[in-house]
Amino acid sequence: MSETKIMLGNEAISRGAYEAGVKVSAAYPGTPSTEISETIIQYPEIYAEWSPNEKVAMEVAIGASISGVRAMASMKHVGVNVASDPLFTISYAGVNGGLVLVAADDPGLYSSQNEQDTRLVARAAMVPVLEPSDSQEAKDFVKIAFDLSEQYDTPVIVRTTTRLSHSQGPVVLEERLNIEDKVYERNISKFVMMPGNAKVRHLYVEKRMKEMANDLCNSPINKVEYQDKKIGFITCGIAYQYVKEVCPNASVLKLGMVNPLPRKLIEEFAKEVETLYIFEELEPVIEEQVKSWGIAAIGKEIFTIQGEYSANMLRERVLKEDLSLEKAKDVPARPPILCPGCPHRSVYSVLKKLKIHGAGDIGCYTLGAVAPLNVVDTTVCMGASISTLHGMEKAKGKDYIKDWVAVIGDSTFMHTGINSLMNMVYNKSSATVMILDNSTTGMTGHQDHAATGKTLMGEDAPAINIFQLCKSLGIEHVYEVNAFDLVALEKMIKEEVNRDALSVIITKSPCVLIKGLKFPNKCITIPGKCVKCGACLKPGCPALTKNEDGTVSINEIMCNGCGLCMDLCKFGAIEKVGTNS
Amino acid sequence: MTKNIMIVGVGGQGTLLTSRILGGLLMDAGYDVKLSEVHGMAQRGGSVVTFVRYGEKVYEPIVEEGQADVIIAFERLEALRYAHFLKKGGKLIVNDQRIDPITVVIGATKYPEAIIEGLKEEMDVHAVDGMKKAIEIGNSKVFNIVVLGVAAKYMEFSKEDWIKVIEKTVPPKTVEMNCKAFLTGYESSENE
Repeated sequence: MSETKIMLGNEAISRGAYEAGVKVSAAYPGTPSTEISETIIQYPEIYAEWSPNEKVAMEVAIGASISGVRAMASMKHVGVNVASDPLFTISYAGVNGGLVLVAADDPGLYSSQNEQDTRLVARAAMVPVLEPSDSQEAKDFVKIAFDLSEQYDTPVIVRTTTRLSHSQGPVVLEERLNIEDKVYERNISKFVMMPGNAKVRHLYVEKRMKEMANDLCNSPINKVEYQDKKIGFITCGIAYQYVKEVCPNASVLKLGMVNPLPRKLIEEFAKEVETLYIFEELEPVIEEQVKSWGIAAIGKEIFTIQGEYSANMLRERVLKEDLSLEKAKDVPARPPILCPGCPHRSVYSVLKKLKIHGAGDIGCYTLGAVAPLNVVDTTVCMGASISTLHGMEKAKGKDYIKDWVAVIGDSTFMHTGINSLMNMVYNKSSATVMILDNSTTGMTGHQDHAATGKTLMGEDAPAINIFQLCKSLGIEHVYEVNAFDLVALEKMIKEEVNRDALSVIITKSPCVLIKGLKFPNKCITIPGKCVKCGACLKPGCPALTKNEDGTVSINEIMCNGCGLCMDLCKFGAIEKVGTNS
Repeated sequence: MTKNIMIVGVGGQGTLLTSRILGGLLMDAGYDVKLSEVHGMAQRGGSVVTFVRYGEKVYEPIVEEGQADVIIAFERLEALRYAHFLKKGGKLIVNDQRIDPITVVIGATKYPEAIIEGLKEEMDVHAVDGMKKAIEIGNSKVFNIVVLGVAAKYMEFSKEDWIKVIEKTVPPKTVEMNCKAFLTGYESSENE
């Protein structure tokens, strides 16, 4: 009997890769895609790596495919932007071994800087997209994607969303397929994309997409469920589940392939039903195409583009039910915050004191933008802190950025920050760049990277030395400092922002959530010494609470003993003590 | 009939482990199960919610407002935030603990008074000081399993089934402590 296991959508995707005979997997961590790589390492048959960024990961997978094996790259939706350069062109060249890109979209922005829809990227790149709707399909569709990739000589995108990636459901496990490596044969006209060759391949791409649109009308991945024909839904992905929940008797066309669209199948379905709804999260990708074929349908007139869908959305907007659900009023929001003992808080407390603006980046330290820290002024994308600060200096001059620094994490610096720093050197910047090195990729759940000394598969690796790397660019003023040494940090920042030369300050203190780290101390208040000045509360450590009488108490379970509050207290009312645990 | 359970709390309180135990239990019992979790940024001390649905055939992985049979809240304010998800006749289990959100720490808002008393006027609430009980048995970290033990009293599975799934879900070294925590909750009564 085959085994059934409850799996996260992401875990099912890596299982699908395993069963499909994948040999190489490359990725850069990014919510909601990270667990694909974290779970794929349980299969020793697959070589899996964290690449420094998504473009590199995509190219690693492309190389593996060209050599003749099945290969997968996985990333979040904004990572696809970084990887879009190779993606758009490998679409022309096609594959040798099957090539699949898993792209994880984030409707509702649980952990992202935008809400873009990968299907639009795929349309532009002319790459087919499969979209599963639960964990079982996540596994099955990955396997189908590899077959289609080889059959139609194309990379294939499997699109998932946060809700699918981070939902668990039962999955029936199967054996790994025994896929023979494809023979590599030199094929300049296919794999060297220069104008003469690319022109020919572009014609092939057009033909391929037409064929797939036609052929896959008969594929079981697109499912027609005729029932009551008064209402019909065209839907895909997780949205299908909401339709089944609320309208179990309606007719449904569930598209498993969302690019290119199986037009004939859609036209037939539309003819059969009286009122046609198109229920798809994010952009009206299916809707606009269907309407352009002269088919009447209801879509974004009543459903949103922004945000996640739900069953209640259908109850209210299609069934016109009055749900009138009363929420408790005036419930204080609980936004994410830096953890107790986080070294970023210490760095930001100094920047705040010096009234310095931060050109920010993507990571936990983005949280420096919100109260009470209010230090980070800008956040755009991975690596942008350094380049946006450079742009400010070139626009407004050296003096303008004397109260600015760029703040970027170690993993983000290795991702694309290094390129921006090279630009600063080359184009003679006088800016101050702060690399907040906490020895991990923090926000996504503590993944290793090129500067940590460990690979995804847990092997020791050369740790790229960020200090030496910066020095090697020819930057004279590169410094390392403990993130909790407030005195040294303040002196250094003051000096460097006022210096008419480029400088890099690397604050080195590990993330408190790194596994295996021990915190032998905690901070306690000394009764009777607190003068209620509130200085310790300013950086917003969640382990501290202001009591009714204005004094402060420290939650001993949450405190990691970093000592920031103690250092900020001028009255000796807080001390660090050892713990036994 | 699909049943809906929610586990709500503050990022870092262990909602994911709790939902894994629950998921394993429901799979072992032969149900179709879907669980939906929050990873990433919100885990950093933010408000987190895990949905668990089980039955003969489960479609959507999330529990919608007004439809939860049981809500397990690891913190008072989070109980208040999600209370409207409870269906009429549902049961709300609240861990009687206060964690100030940053908006309260910096004085932008006040932590609401008498949350549990207010909720009790409108719905069926069982409050427990899981942290106190966990410290009593020697490990503050297992407060979430104490609370799960309380919630288990309102669900249709035997004590033995729960213990079996806890044993195979939690790290081997922590099995004894977690089982003890579960039984502490399971065997407690509300007014002790």
